[in-house]
Amino acid sequence: MLRIRRVPTVVSNYQKEEAEEGARQGGGCGRNCLNKCCILGAKLPLYAFKRVNKIVTEKTLLGDENKEPPVDFLDSLLLGEWEDRMQRGLFRYDVTACETKVIPGEYGFIAQLNEGRHLKKRPTEFRVDKVLQPFDGNKFNFTKVGQEEVLFQFEASEDDEVQFFPNVPIDVENSPSVVAINVSPIEYGHVLLIPRILEGLPQRIDRESFLLALYMAAAAGNPYFRLGYNSLGAFATINHLHFQAYYLAVPFPIEKAPTKKITTMTDGVKISELLNYPVRGLVFEGGNTLLDLANVVSDSCICLQENNIPYNVLISDSGKRVFLFPQCYAEKQALGEVSPELLDTQVNPAVWEISGHMVLKRKKDYEEASEENAWRLLAEVSLSEERFEEVKALIFEALACDNGDNGGVSQSFIEKQDVTPQSVEEVEALNNGSHPSMVPGKQECIVLL
Amino acid sequence: MDTQLGLIEQSFNVRYSVWVREALDDLSGSFTTTDPCISGHPIVYASRGFLKMSLYSRDEVIGKNGRMFQGPKTNRKSVMEIREAIREERAIQINILNYRKDGTPFWMLFRMSPVFNKEDGRVIHFVGVQVPILQKHRQSSSGFGRNGVNLCEDGVFASRRREVCSDSVAELARFLAMDSVLGSDDRELEVDEPSEASDLEMRNAVTAINNTLSVLTHYSELTGRLVCGKRCCLSGMGLLGSSLNISLGRIKQSFVLIEPHLPDMPIVYARDVFLKMTGYARHEVLGHNCRFLGGVETNSSTIFQIKESIRTEQACTIRILNYRKDKSKFWNFLHISPVRNASGKIAYFVEVQIDESRKNQDKQGLSHKMRQCSVVGAVKAAVRSLSMVTDTSNS
Ligand SMILES: Cc1cc2nc3c(=O)[nH]c(=O)nc-3n(C[C@H](O)[C@H](O)[C@H](O)COP(=O)(O)O)c2cc1C
Repeated sequence: MLRIRRVPTVVSNYQKEEAEEGARQGGGCGRNCLNKCCILGAKLPLYAFKRVNKIVTEKTLLGDENKEPPVDFLDSLLLGEWEDRMQRGLFRYDVTACETKVIPGEYGFIAQLNEGRHLKKRPTEFRVDKVLQPFDGNKFNFTKVGQEEVLFQFEASEDDEVQFFPNVPIDVENSPSVVAINVSPIEYGHVLLIPRILEGLPQRIDRESFLLALYMAAAAGNPYFRLGYNSLGAFATINHLHFQAYYLAVPFPIEKAPTKKITTMTDGVKISELLNYPVRGLVFEGGNTLLDLANVVSDSCICLQENNIPYNVLISDSGKRVFLFPQCYAEKQALGEVSPELLDTQVNPAVWEISGHMVLKRKKDYEEASEENAWRLLAEVSLSEERFEEVKALIFEALACDNGDNGGVSQSFIEKQDVTPQSVEEVEALNNGSHPSMVPGKQECIVLL
Repeated sequence: MDTQLGLIEQSFNVRYSVWVREALDDLSGSFTTTDPCISGHPIVYASRGFLKMSLYSRDEVIGKNGRMFQGPKTNRKSVMEIREAIREERAIQINILNYRKDGTPFWMLFRMSPVFNKEDGRVIHFVGVQVPILQKHRQSSSGFGRNGVNLCEDGVFASRRREVCSDSVAELARFLAMDSVLGSDDRELEVDEPSEASDLEMRNAVTAINNTLSVLTHYSELTGRLVCGKRCCLSGMGLLGSSLNISLGRIKQSFVLIEPHLPDMPIVYARDVFLKMTGYARHEVLGHNCRFLGGVETNSSTIFQIKESIRTEQACTIRILNYRKDKSKFWNFLHISPVRNASGKIAYFVEVQIDESRKNQDKQGLSHKMRQCSVVGAVKAAVRSLSMVTDTSNS
């Protein structure tokens, strides 16, 4: 069994070490949490997003332009609620007081000096050789956070419009998806999206949850609001399904990296490979519908986790571009193959670091930060070329085989509405359920234009 | 919508003399002009050539963002490159797939350039030129038609990519010389493969940009508010870059930014809603200390509270009696908060005003407290991100 020791990030004020835990005043368990003991009568704002079944182009929005959403998702709701929690003093530090800079160089890696993030926490052992592990209700999970840490509920709208309700009782039967603060933020507005929080899902991608994450990126409507996912073994510390997200209006190095097209799927999803980036990875974009893109990416993730390959995912460009990186850093670390200098920096290369946003704990590392150093660390995260080719083959095999075994799940998102398919292709996509196959003959790499 | 169209009219009328539109209409190319200071960064002028090419009518594009011409097959990385050029206020040339009104996709060579205010170096407009790429050109004849971005997408030159991605013309030339050796490939024009512009198309783009810039320059001379195609001086003290303007422009509520390091702590940014609420024009508030909002009946201890909040760098919420330009009074439910830049230092104070008599007029159902928080949040996020670039833009 492979294990590493690391200081876990405190994402909630209720994620205390066992000994520190003490009962508080009030009803229930005293913490006003989201468990059965406290949830009765609890209310939260609710943002209901529109279940657009097409990739939202400006053209489709054009008709609706006069009809503004009732509340701006990112600026008014998310950042507003976040600032409110900041004024209430719920965060462990003021992240806007943490120095941050763009490192000179071709890619513009971003460095942040964050000395407060890992204070007052003892290193803990983490098992890193099992990407899928069962949910354990006794360990810390998001049902244990205080309700004040939850910003709002996020769900699909029943009718075809964006809706906002400032105060809605939590419907326990329906297990809402919620957005909560991360009390150790790495940027202003750092939040967690926890799909169907009361169901106690382990950290594991499924089609419906991934589609929800894409919808959140689309709802924010801002290319600088990104979502990220870390699997177990790729630096997730909590085995309760969650995505992270924050807003940072700077391009990430990964978004600037050149790519090479591998193939276009029948449903229009284009898959490329990153070139000249320290971590090897795949890029997904396009597709006739948001659902198409979501399905291709989540099927790839499912393939990786079922093959016990740790990975990270970055959702960027308002949900229009998704990056997927299988990685092996934690495994190398457990096997003692990572150099002590790199380990000394205590940087855990999870999705944000891989994307080029490096959070550094020591002033020395911050001052000496260079593209070369960032590159050296990230190179350790990457699979070897050989292994990456194998993993790619696994993914394409999974995408190509039309087994449809988990096809029906995310359809529930669109079945509820009257879908009037726009094109023959779309009808086909709907009828076939899901699994897109590759267009024969389009598969060869482009050699030259 | 009315006010938006008003702003768009003004955007041009303030800068240029009356015949500027006619003069632009006489130019042959396809081009658009946008105003980054208006919320949404809309198109404020579209040439006849552009309308003909895109099949839209003028009314359908004025007031919209240029991204309305993009669609599912538009390469997202090209879009990102344009976004970054706007943010960094620099020119760019790139190939991008767009869609006409009837849904047909076409490749075009897009060239964009900022237009500066000669006096203070601020970006006041962008000009974008759209040259459709008519046919697939042979590799060897493509010359400079290939830009850095597309070059980066060829798999073959992975080893040379770092050089190729750089802006250096010399390297580009060297690369292209080598490139042409490999001959050409006459594949069909496919929408998902980047198409290349010919020398002619390249020249057309340059000419169109230059013509447009010279018309704008000429017609600005007549108003005395000169514009130019090159940044003439560095951003003046206390002026915000257009990227920060674009971000702040999304916020729909009344607020001002105060620069605490300048003498007398002047207002350096004021939202339109603030001007509407107080009755002042923008030039009457920019550069001035907020004290003009006070009057005889304003409680001096409340003013002291504001000063204390700024001195101690703490946020505060107060209720203060303020005066509009026409001397009418209103209770201002005011929230003040420090805003830090990327170095973690205080760059501004944001002041969010809510006219108490309209406090409950929010159709969104957000409390006034939450509305104030959302302005502060959006401003903090924007200032922090955007100061990261200006501080270290040496890459
Ligand atoms: C003057 C100007 C003209 C533009 N014209 C076009 C255009 O014709 N087609 C297009 O796809 N994008 C055009 N754009 C780019 C978009 O407006 C937008 O900046 C781009 O999509 C990236 O930003 P976004 O992430 O906000 O969409 C233009 C931009 C400017 C400044």
